[in-house]
Amino acid sequence: MDILLQQIINGLVLGSIYALVALGYTMVYGILGLINFAHGEVVMVGALVSYSVMMALVPSGLPPVLLALISVLVAAPICMALAWAIERYAYRPLRHAPKLTPLISAIGVSILLQNLAMMIWGRGYHAFPDILPVVNFEIGGAQITLLQTVTIGLAAITMGVLAWMIQRTSLGQAMRATAENPAIAELMGIPVNRIITLTFVIGAALAALAGLMVGANYSVAHYYMGFMLGLKAFTAAVLGGIGNITGAMLGGLLLGLIESLGAGYIEDITGGVLGSHYQDIFAFLVLIGVLVFRPGGLMGERVSERA
Amino acid sequence: MTPILHRAPRKSLSLIALAMLTLGITACGKKDAPPAAGNELVITIGHAAPLTGPQAHLGKDNENGAVMAIDELNSRGMTIDGKKVKFVLVSEDDQADPKTGTTVAQKFVDKKVNGVVGHLNSGTTIPASRIYSEAGIPQISGSATNPTYTQQGFKTTFRVFANDIHQGQALAQFATKSLKAKTIAIVDDRTAYGQGLADEFKKAAEADGAKIVAQEFTTDKATDFKAILTKIKASNPDILFFSAMDAQGGPALKQARELGLKATFLIGDGGCTPEFIKLAGNAADGQYCSLPGVPLEKMPGGTVFKDKYQKRYNQQIQLYAPYVYDAVMVMADSMQRANSAEPAKYLPEVGKSQYQGVTAKTVFDAKGDLASPAVSIYQDKGGNWSYVETVGAVSK
Repeated sequence: MDILLQQIINGLVLGSIYALVALGYTMVYGILGLINFAHGEVVMVGALVSYSVMMALVPSGLPPVLLALISVLVAAPICMALAWAIERYAYRPLRHAPKLTPLISAIGVSILLQNLAMMIWGRGYHAFPDILPVVNFEIGGAQITLLQTVTIGLAAITMGVLAWMIQRTSLGQAMRATAENPAIAELMGIPVNRIITLTFVIGAALAALAGLMVGANYSVAHYYMGFMLGLKAFTAAVLGGIGNITGAMLGGLLLGLIESLGAGYIEDITGGVLGSHYQDIFAFLVLIGVLVFRPGGLMGERVSERA
Repeated sequence: MTPILHRAPRKSLSLIALAMLTLGITACGKKDAPPAAGNELVITIGHAAPLTGPQAHLGKDNENGAVMAIDELNSRGMTIDGKKVKFVLVSEDDQADPKTGTTVAQKFVDKKVNGVVGHLNSGTTIPASRIYSEAGIPQISGSATNPTYTQQGFKTTFRVFANDIHQGQALAQFATKSLKAKTIAIVDDRTAYGQGLADEFKKAAEADGAKIVAQEFTTDKATDFKAILTKIKASNPDILFFSAMDAQGGPALKQARELGLKATFLIGDGGCTPEFIKLAGNAADGQYCSLPGVPLEKMPGGTVFKDKYQKRYNQQIQLYAPYVYDAVMVMADSMQRANSAEPAKYLPEVGKSQYQGVTAKTVFDAKGDLASPAVSIYQDKGGNWSYVETVGAVSK
């Protein structure tokens, strides 16, 4: 029982991170119908910038929690500026081009960012310092660290604020209107270009936070880390119904749980035929399953007609 | 012909003509010689390792070792068959990917390189070795440890590093005899290296009377190991043997401790790096790793090499650089003894090597493996791998 509980905790932490990244995919898709494949790389930049800031500040002797806070305050604006630049120069000129063109542009940006990061931070793996003291709580025999608790909590709060913003504020209303129909929204006096830019920028802020969380929880950052993470988060967004905010949150958490429980129990289920190295295929089995049986995703309704 | 924009003075024109004539004569005189410019013999050596992707830091380290050897050979001024030799290194990125590895191999064959040093990973070295063998090009790997590499019946495959059979036996011996482990959990990354080493370790450990209580798997790109570690924790092993590279091993050890898994951590040569300790942090303290050969300080030319490397690249040696350096040197030494850089002529000499290198005296067995490889065990003490013991030259 304690093992099951531990796997659920592992899955929730992984899932919260997936959810934060998936939001970035889903918001952009909701508004532009574009899959921003460079988003995983923004997460990577977020992680590496926070790493650099923390390492630069370690000698100052500030408490680690404060270091983490400062690093995310530096990383988030950098990621936001990066997302602004990506939108402005890689996507906006192609807005009225066929759908495939911006997709290829996105893949190009992703490769560019990876190589830039390799030039700036080198090829090595970077060890994240411990942000929070390693304190373990025991719940029914399962270990949950302070960091994991904070990760899940912070992700939940961030997502709550985002949901509130989209449903209740005038900015959220403008975003929803743009998603519904950009042309009409513009006629109604909504600055569509600004709303689109803001969508990218908000997604990037979430990505910076997710980057810090990945680095802190798995204690490693690397220029290549965004690729797989981006792919998984994209899967989470599709699972929940791409374009749907609640769907992305739910999809992220579900995917984290599926992966964790899958890796933990696949051997018992298949009688030893498949082992835990198939952890990664769960994400993509889920993706295929959703695309075949419920193309709209768990929460999606209008997606099939848009895609 | 390109149009001449400025009329060249008569004198230099005739000089060029004379030079061309001389070149033509030398080229006619030695029909079987590799492409030569005047009295200079150019020897191209191919080097392949992942220079991008998750293992790029190790690949670059290998390349650095090869570059040092080439530069030293050139400054030493070797002569073969009465000609001054110029060594040229062609370094290619195989991305640690078997498919790319074979593409790179074909490229080397098409370029008619005189020999190949590499690849870094067993997964790329083995498929590439078939291509080199068919072209008759000698290949020396300084890091691929999967036994299959030299067991395919090819005459062109050599290795200046202990293989996984040696290492797996040594690690198992250390775990069961020195650490007195009764229960062992194994994780491998399902690469040719990780899986091969894990299999050899498992065989030897079971033969020594230990019980394998859990065997789990991951990949060489994973960062989250909590699911498999949680499973392992349930079986409460004395030792966790992690058969993967440093980039996975370090974070895995840290995550294991966060989950409260207290087993002693043991990792092979892929994790015996400064990078591993950096990534695992305090969790690495007191844990063990193994490395074929003897420590750098105990190598015949280790300290000198270390100083030279750090002076030149301003960073620490990651892992295989001295072995790759020796691989290039063994190749050059064989060419010297054969008095030829032609693969067919110097290949028989590689097998007869008695070369005193930086890492050890290189003597090959019939398969192209080291005749008497030693494997050493290290323990992390306060952030540095310090030497524990050498688990003898395992006889095969």
